[in-house]
Amino acid sequence: MSFLTGTLEQGLIYGIMALGVYLSFRVLDYADLSVDGSLPLGAAICAILIYNGSNPWLATLLAIIGGAIAGVFTGFLHTRLKITPLLSGILTMTALYSVNLRVMGGNNVPLLRAETVFTVLQDIGLPEKVVSLGVPLVVVTVLVIILNYFLQTELGMAVRATGDNEQMIKAQGVDTNYTKLLGLSISNALVAFSGALVAQYQTFADVSMGIGTIIAGLASVIIGEVLIGTGSILRRLLAVVAGSVMYRLVIALVLTMGLKPTDLKLMTAFIVIIALASPSIKKKLRVGLKEGKYAQS
Amino acid sequence: MLKVKEVKKTFNPGTINEKLALNNVNLNINAGEWVTVIGSNGAGKSTLLNVIAGVFPVDYGSIYIDGQSILHQPEHKRASYIGRVFQDPLMGTAASMTVIENLSLALKRGEKRKLIPGISRKDRHFFQEKLSQLGLGLEDRLSVKVGLLSGGQRQALTLLMATLKKPKLLLLDEHTAALDPKTGQRVVELTKEIIEKEKITTLMITHNLEQALKYGTRTIMMDEGQIVLDIKGQHRNNTSIQDLLALFEKASGKALNNDRVLLA
Ligand SMILES: Nc1ncnc2c1ncn2[C@@H]1O[C@H](COP(=O)(O)OP(=O)(O)OP(=O)(O)O)[C@@H](O)[C@H]1O
Ligand SMILES: [Mg+2]
Repeated sequence: MSFLTGTLEQGLIYGIMALGVYLSFRVLDYADLSVDGSLPLGAAICAILIYNGSNPWLATLLAIIGGAIAGVFTGFLHTRLKITPLLSGILTMTALYSVNLRVMGGNNVPLLRAETVFTVLQDIGLPEKVVSLGVPLVVVTVLVIILNYFLQTELGMAVRATGDNEQMIKAQGVDTNYTKLLGLSISNALVAFSGALVAQYQTFADVSMGIGTIIAGLASVIIGEVLIGTGSILRRLLAVVAGSVMYRLVIALVLTMGLKPTDLKLMTAFIVIIALASPSIKKKLRVGLKEGKYAQS
Repeated sequence: MLKVKEVKKTFNPGTINEKLALNNVNLNINAGEWVTVIGSNGAGKSTLLNVIAGVFPVDYGSIYIDGQSILHQPEHKRASYIGRVFQDPLMGTAASMTVIENLSLALKRGEKRKLIPGISRKDRHFFQEKLSQLGLGLEDRLSVKVGLLSGGQRQALTLLMATLKKPKLLLLDEHTAALDPKTGQRVVELTKEIIEKEKITTLMITHNLEQALKYGTRTIMMDEGQIVLDIKGQHRNNTSIQDLLALFEKASGKALNNDRVLLA
């Protein structure tokens, strides 16, 4: 039972990151690798602030803002300096590695017995079990509601159109540099938010905790698409979260079956490779996901 | 209304691929004119439309709309008063979004996009009415993803989107060339209906010489980055396709060479 709830909690917390990856990868059609840096950035900012006595909610908020700035930086490299999406992300990710070390003043920050958003709620009398599942659940629910609303606003639709057909939305008078910058900043803000919660959940931040974030996020997005499908926006967002939970479940299962934790990244890479390569899944993805982008017209 | 003055554009300057695409182009278009544009492959027709729309800057010269220079404005700013339909039917619409989402995006052309719902219930009726005028049955398919529509339907939709908010200038770049002849004909007729009803100033590139003479109020011919022929009024009415070919040969010193050219 605790195995399952623990997996669910992690799945939800990393689900926030997966929502961010969904936003850049699917909505904007932008393979943004900076998330490997912005997840630990969120963790680092949040952890060091808490370590120095800051309010955990404030620390989380500042972590989110830090992530947004990282996203703007990536967007700036791409839209203003005309660096390719892939390289822009790698540059930000690389730069963030040093930034994260500086922020933390070392390789890691321990948060044992520090005040986190989880302990704060326990202090006002909520049971530990309720808090550790409740916080991620409430956060994810609120974020899904907000994203679902945003993606159907005038501005959100312009962001979606930017990822779908940049030429078209430019011809409709939208500055696509702006929509890309906006999308990337929201995406990285979400990833940093996730990082901040991970740090508080596992009670430490580590500079290497971001390695493979993009692949884990991608695996979650793809698993969700295959399992839940791609109907309305709300359904897609829920699919991403469900995909993240499933992904963590698979990981937890193979770990109990004796796989070494150090082999996890290899396994994740395989999951994504299989998902991307399997023709039937691919077909399903094409029909569902990019509706018509490849379809005959 | 539109004034293009001494515009020059060279691609890949200083390389072996250097190409003078627009060589001192001058063009004045009055409000309400519908100018058809013909010419050989690589004559610079698309480039002319692209510099007007702001896809890339000019090397020399100026472009005015209603007396205002527009060269300092980026493409998305000019889009607030320029409507466009491209040759590729996939270019003008967002495939993963529904018909009503695409139309809603177009209704806000040139306006600031806000954090309010992008589709409003009250526009629904307006869209349905507009779509029913296309006569393609799209008014019942508002929630269908555009990627599932045929090329002709998409092109008709793009045309509607380009004119939903009346543009000062409409730029059509062989917008029926990728369609089968029957669908292409239908889209041209729709184009005529919309342009004449809304009295939109239009530049339309076509490779169909018959179309070039039958539609519009004026015809220009381009060759090697220059406008070599410009006919309108009675003179144009009396011009046949054969005359047009002869005029072109006389003006450019060679036969019209366009792999897609249609004489009839
Ligand atoms: N973006 C570009 N980069 C480099 N060269 C270009 C570019 N666009 C056009 N050219 C070149 O400029 C010249 C004019 O091209 P343009 O597309 O304007 O011709 P066109 O009259 O539209 O021809 P077509 O009838 O084939 O469409 C051609 O030689 C073309 O290869
Ligand atoms: Mg052309």
